[in-house]
Amino acid sequence: MMRPAIPPDRRLDHALAQMLFLKYRLGGLNRLGMATTNPRTLYQKIWDAHVVERRDDGTCLIYIDRHLVHEVTSPQAFEALRLAGRKVRRPDLTLAVPDHNLPTTARRDAQGARIPIADRESAQQLAALEHNAPEFGIRYIGDADREQGIVHVVGPEQGFSLPGATIVCGDSHTACHGGLGALAFGIGTSEVEHVLATQTLLLKQSKTMEVRVEGELTPGVTAKDVVLHITGVLGASGGTGYVIEYTGSVIRGLSVEGRLTVSNMAIEHGARAGLIAPDDKTIAYVKGRPYAPKGDDWDKAVAWWKSLATDPGATYDKVVVIDAADIAPSVTWGTSPEDVVPITGTVPAPDSFADASKRDAAAKSLAYMGLEPGQPMASVEIQNVFIGSCTNSRIEDLRAAAAVLKGRRKADTVKWAIVVPGSGLVKAMAEAEGLDRVFVDAGFEWREPGCSACLGMNPDKVPAGERCASTSNRNFVGRQGPGARTHLVSPAMAAAAAVAGHLTDVRDLI
Amino acid sequence: MEPVKEITGRAYPFGQKNVDTDVIIPSHWLKTITRDGLGRGAFETLRADPDNLFDSAEFKGSPILVAGDNFGCGSSREHAAWALFDLGVRAVIAPSFSDIFSGNAFKNGILTVVLPQEAVDRLVEVAKTDPIHIDLESQTVTTPFQDRFTFEIDPFRKHCLLHGLDEVGLTLARGDAIGAFEGTVRTDRPFLAKGTDVGVAA
Ligand code: SF4
Repeated sequence: MMRPAIPPDRRLDHALAQMLFLKYRLGGLNRLGMATTNPRTLYQKIWDAHVVERRDDGTCLIYIDRHLVHEVTSPQAFEALRLAGRKVRRPDLTLAVPDHNLPTTARRDAQGARIPIADRESAQQLAALEHNAPEFGIRYIGDADREQGIVHVVGPEQGFSLPGATIVCGDSHTACHGGLGALAFGIGTSEVEHVLATQTLLLKQSKTMEVRVEGELTPGVTAKDVVLHITGVLGASGGTGYVIEYTGSVIRGLSVEGRLTVSNMAIEHGARAGLIAPDDKTIAYVKGRPYAPKGDDWDKAVAWWKSLATDPGATYDKVVVIDAADIAPSVTWGTSPEDVVPITGTVPAPDSFADASKRDAAAKSLAYMGLEPGQPMASVEIQNVFIGSCTNSRIEDLRAAAAVLKGRRKADTVKWAIVVPGSGLVKAMAEAEGLDRVFVDAGFEWREPGCSACLGMNPDKVPAGERCASTSNRNFVGRQGPGARTHLVSPAMAAAAAVAGHLTDVRDLI
Repeated sequence: MEPVKEITGRAYPFGQKNVDTDVIIPSHWLKTITRDGLGRGAFETLRADPDNLFDSAEFKGSPILVAGDNFGCGSSREHAAWALFDLGVRAVIAPSFSDIFSGNAFKNGILTVVLPQEAVDRLVEVAKTDPIHIDLESQTVTTPFQDRFTFEIDPFRKHCLLHGLDEVGLTLARGDAIGAFEGTVRTDRPFLAKGTDVGVAA
């Protein structure tokens, strides 16, 4: 390609200018420190606003605005701080909530005394957090507090998670908070320690991918179906190395809770983080929450949030376009979240896959799942139903499930059906709306908030060999209990499966 | 972290290839709340054999482990490094390591020494009867028999190990820069500067 020639006497200037351009463009600032007009993506803008220092190799020291802590990945991080005599730099930017190990049955007896937890290790992890949080000056939401819940439900609900913020948690579904337009991702225990001590992380920038979902969703198709479909299209590792921004009319049309559902599963298609640009809906959602900005701060926040959307002309490293018309109520048939088919579809034959390793994996999945190729998905009988998890346990999820269940009952062949609200506040709201009655009348158990059967770290497990229609996010081997067979679905689809006793098309019930 | 300069002592003549993190520390140890005591779970399956290397009177408590190719493959669990450290291991010598394991080892003050297969074979032989000496400053592994092997190490990691600097410590040394950044946030984006104290702050 021809480039305009640069006269020899100007070459040095040109090289210098380019260097300066490169240097300052990275920071989104020009030489005078003013914002450049270079079009940037949402991800780039949030990144640029959090660079404390840039190293020669491109690694950046990134400031972390919000740190959520739960009981599973934090004990050794606190221990390391204690051993080294270190403090938590910003306890006020840290929030601790137990969720993974808590039982979803009553936690206090009639006298208000704690009911002991049988599993010794679960009890130890919970006790460690209860002890560590106050020792390090961190706000702790306890097991019997109304605000307690799954960390990814509590963060947005409390207004602790904010658009444009960098948010971390020792948990891979931290991407959830990206639904608000926050750069949120999971970290390991040594990084938890690093953030506690320094409020920063050393990071390299990710590539960017736009997943644009255009068109209009048909009735009965929900945010969960959108993200299952995306995962099916991209594959479980399609987003590896990327931060994904979900865009398009479908995403804009989703409620904030629906957006949290979509971003929650970014990790299931391999992405470190998912992002959805904050808009008026996001701002309305955040307003008035306990830790949301107030007064002057609020006005400044809104102005900044409105400036974050990806600029026209900004480019992504990769773009994937999805037509909403292709998205049906979806289910998984295998043991990877990418194993997605429409409910009207059939179990695929392993040899229908082009890739040899996928053929192998599919054959193993089918053996584990006890399914035959060609079997219609809508004929697969289920014995358990789980409505909950950080993907689908917010009030809109419960409303959607209750709408299907109202005036109906679960099939007798469904042995265990539970609803686990994402937080105590969601639970209270649902009870105020009478949703708990609808669930109980339909034969469901109405439980206390927590992670529950999403991963069965507490006593809520699916028995070996049995199937579960689950609104959670992972269908891995043994995820819901050893030998348990998981079918990932939306809350409405889970409710429909409970009524029918087998996976079924919710559109027949609405 | 304790500085790592020289490591001298008996070495486990282990030599196995593809030792994954599940062998180093089985997954049922992951529900612990402390790094201490994980040494008891280290190589638990192998140690079910009463005649195992790790509990033998001669080798128990050795500071060096000599292993085969691809040491530490498998899951990313940091518990593998914690377990080895708790067992008393301060250096692992092998022809190659999984990236994640060597990163975790480094973070926890364990030196990973990469040497060619022949050198590792020789060290396994020596270790059966005699001590091994590792000098990080000169990047050498020597034996009482005039063996001398030099190894490569990332200069940054070497510096950190020699001075006992952990990643947290290094970032803490950038405290002024972090403080300056926080100052900017307080003026430019005050709403991000306030967290759970938002109700209290003016
Ligand atoms: S609900 Fe499930 S996915 Fe979400 S944080 Fe809990 S265990 Fe993880």
